[in-house]
Amino acid sequence: MIDVVNLEKHFGGENVLNGINVTINKGDVVCVIGPSGSGKSTFLRCLNMLEKPTGGSIIFEGDNLMDKHIDLNAHRQKMGMVFQQFNLFPHMTIMENLTTAPMMLKKMSKDDAQKKALELLERVGLADRASDRPSQLSGGQQQRVAICRALCMEPDVMLFDEPTSALDPEMVGEVLDVMKELAKAGMTMVVVTHEMGFAREVSNRVIFLDDGVIAEEGTPDEIFNHPQSERLQSFLAKVL
Amino acid sequence: MSFFTKFQEIFIEKGYYNLMLEGFKNTLIITLGALVIGLVIGTIVAVIKYFGEDSKPMKPLVWLCDLYTTVVRGIPVVVLLLIFFFVVFAKSSNGIAIATLTFGINSGAYMAELVRSGLNAVNIGQMEAGRSLGMSKMQTMRKIILPQAIRYILPAIFNELIALLKETSVAGYVTVVDLTRAGNLVRNNTYNAVVPLTLVAVVYLVLVILLTRLLKVLERRLSVNDRRRKS
Repeated sequence: MIDVVNLEKHFGGENVLNGINVTINKGDVVCVIGPSGSGKSTFLRCLNMLEKPTGGSIIFEGDNLMDKHIDLNAHRQKMGMVFQQFNLFPHMTIMENLTTAPMMLKKMSKDDAQKKALELLERVGLADRASDRPSQLSGGQQQRVAICRALCMEPDVMLFDEPTSALDPEMVGEVLDVMKELAKAGMTMVVVTHEMGFAREVSNRVIFLDDGVIAEEGTPDEIFNHPQSERLQSFLAKVL
Repeated sequence: MSFFTKFQEIFIEKGYYNLMLEGFKNTLIITLGALVIGLVIGTIVAVIKYFGEDSKPMKPLVWLCDLYTTVVRGIPVVVLLLIFFFVVFAKSSNGIAIATLTFGINSGAYMAELVRSGLNAVNIGQMEAGRSLGMSKMQTMRKIILPQAIRYILPAIFNELIALLKETSVAGYVTVVDLTRAGNLVRNNTYNAVVPLTLVAVVYLVLVILLTRLLKVLERRLSVNDRRRKS
């Protein structure tokens, strides 16, 4: 579904990503772990071109997103993204947060969009908050809404950029539960996370990024129980 | 003779209330027209500058916008008005339309800076969220960024509107009978300065107080579910 070939990203004189090669298949749940500054978030944000890579290519469903003539907006509609800071639209109700993009971009009728939005909110247990504003919700609730907002566009893949890092500890669980449900339902997911428990339990592949390269890659069992490189061993020793 | 009997004599008996109403009406037309023109120009310029910062092809446009704000902000509005009336539109005698346009263009330069500061106050994550859903830059700007920016700068826009209202008092320079000129004409014709000029001052003052009240109401309504500090 997504082929990342030799991806490079430089900020000024700094090399953040130094040639990353990954293939993400349909139904994969890939967790990206690594120390801070290793390029995890930059890697994820390159996947939907929020960050413009300086080299390499990203082939999404057969099209190279680095191609200048490509309709990037059309491709982004198929890649949902969830941010660390939620980034809900504060001037809209929860319902409007969910329905604005589908109505504008997929020409969905208001009724259909609202029905779809309510279904999704139901799934995350927030249907009764549809007419509230984001600021009236807790962090965990906001992040669940943000997941719904992305799902409302019926994407083929979901990108999660440290979705629980800005949450109070007691709210992490509710968001991870929603993500687990999503993985169980067969959604293709790429998750940048510090939640090793989630990575171990839910993902089918883990990528360990260090210094802008993939230092190690494998199943959760391989990564967490039989780490090969010294770098990964010392990283895991610190975080587990 | 007391102020009030004089007031009654001039405006009611001699019928000068007609002239004052005419001036009042023209002041409102020019102010509101200029506000709309200023907001439109200001928003367009601000959006061009916002997107132009990291786009090479837009550089000439940005340069043009910078030129506009620099020139307009560097010239007194009376001079601008005289140039528009006697040079640019020398063939037209529609003073009200020319004054409206001039004040609009003048106000646009200040609005541009206001709107731009509002756009920059909106969290960068909002643009990213819009783009990640597949919205274009302009769609995100219209639906997500601008509505939030307007909320941030609403008080500043009202300040600009108040300044604009008072600035229009120089429209008389180009034969427009606005509130100020109407009062001055009455003074000239009746040989009484105190009554008409006091009336003019009070009308401006009341308008400004009403605008300030309106701002308070709007702010309260817009910030119902906002967590910024209420003022």
